[in-house]
Amino acid sequence: MDWVNAIVQGTLLGGLYALFAAGLSLIFGVMRLVNIAHGDLIVMAAYLGLTVTATVGLHPLAALAIVVPAMALIGYVLQRGLLNQTLGEDLLPPLLVTFGLSVILQNGLLEVYTADPQKMDAGALETASIAMGGLTLGVLPVLTFAIAVAVIWALQWTFYHTAVGRAFRAVSDNQDIAQLMGLNRRHVFGLAMALALGVTAIAGILLGIRTSFDPSIGGGRLIFGFEAVIIGGLGNLWGTLAGGVILGIAQTVGAKIDPGFQILAGHLAFLIILAIRPNGLFPRIAA
Amino acid sequence: MPEPILNIQGLKAFYGDFQALYGVDMYIEPGEVLAIIGANGAGKTTLMRSVTGLLSNGPGQIHFQGNDISQLRADEVAMQGLAMVPEGRQLFPSLTVKENLMIGAQVGRQGPWNLDAVYRLFPILEERKDQASTSLSGGQQQMVAIGRALMANPDLIMFDEISLGLAPIVIKDIYAALPGIINGGMSAIIVEQDIAQALKVSSRVYCLQEGRVSLEGASDKVSREEISRAYFGIE
Repeated sequence: MDWVNAIVQGTLLGGLYALFAAGLSLIFGVMRLVNIAHGDLIVMAAYLGLTVTATVGLHPLAALAIVVPAMALIGYVLQRGLLNQTLGEDLLPPLLVTFGLSVILQNGLLEVYTADPQKMDAGALETASIAMGGLTLGVLPVLTFAIAVAVIWALQWTFYHTAVGRAFRAVSDNQDIAQLMGLNRRHVFGLAMALALGVTAIAGILLGIRTSFDPSIGGGRLIFGFEAVIIGGLGNLWGTLAGGVILGIAQTVGAKIDPGFQILAGHLAFLIILAIRPNGLFPRIAA
Repeated sequence: MPEPILNIQGLKAFYGDFQALYGVDMYIEPGEVLAIIGANGAGKTTLMRSVTGLLSNGPGQIHFQGNDISQLRADEVAMQGLAMVPEGRQLFPSLTVKENLMIGAQVGRQGPWNLDAVYRLFPILEERKDQASTSLSGGQQQMVAIGRALMANPDLIMFDEISLGLAPIVIKDIYAALPGIINGGMSAIIVEQDIAQALKVSSRVYCLQEGRVSLEGASDKVSREEISRAYFGIE
């Protein structure tokens, strides 16, 4: 039963990793941008949530109503003001610029919030649990997983059933021709980044309720996000969820074998999958 | 003479240090069908890229309906009512046939062309509307590309090498559909390597050679000799 428990808890943890990864996957899918600052943006969203809960006195989940639009706006401005200038034939400039952005964000957060670990107070939600068939599941992990599935579903729906999703796919296919059809790719990219950082806001708040955080942990979240994206296959959002779940299970099963083995087990699972299926488990079907 | 819908004056175009167009002058009147011919590398595609805004040019070189569009972005040019059927069709592979058509309507211009009208022009597209655009035959893909441009309800439509890579029977079908497109008062520019086809459907013709206009005239007046001289640059 302990092993079943480890797998179930890992699956739920994978929901959080999928939320870390969804924004990365979306940005890469639409504009071939690898955002090194993604983890720090998650942490920044957690801090924004902290500020909102501390000053307005809202429950962290209610703070989403403020943090999600705020992060989306930041995303649009960031894309139009900075990242669009780095996009072109060469993949290096966006990598370097987002790496720099990552350093700036970490130090900015350090200045404003200090290095002390912080945590958001979600009250009874943090310890609530439900018993299910001999297992005890935390309400928060279950809720996180449900939110992850809902977010992935909503992103998928946006991509395939809305005009903006059509624009994302068209621009991703062929930027010049999309521009000929009246789509300004700079604006479309801005919208994609806004959507990605909106998802990042959800990830950041859930992270900040689940564990303590400080300005330095962004890099670790970025790695988990990357691994989930690559395990699942680039550009496939349901694959990203599967990738998050596989990573989560590898970590909890690893921890079950030996508590010190948790993080390493996740990385090993990633390496094995990368070695066997370099394109991930569910790569987007090539056109 | 009515005001030209598109007026190109002294157009120079560059790819970095390489100059592709050396002062091209060209105009097209409203409702006219213009043919542009020329060998590979004569500058036809560069001309299309300049007019549509994919290539930026010096100010004052291209006027569309009286407005200087030389330095507008491609999406801004499209909103003014200029649409292109690009060489090689260039459909969006991630989009279905219907979605490809709907992308064309993104500019939000009102007019006679909508999904129903395109399906009436090319009924096969309605049958295939939910298929991936890449699953269609070359000719059907060309229909989608034409329909996609029409969905923008343009005042001027440009066809870049629409017969390239298609079987003769398919080319015949595509050209048979042309009058139904242009009858609505739309102006059209047809860029073709198939000279006979281009002359048959157009009223005037320009020939480009090494980035310059080498011949201009009424399509039914220019002689074979004039064309071959303008086309190949040999006496």
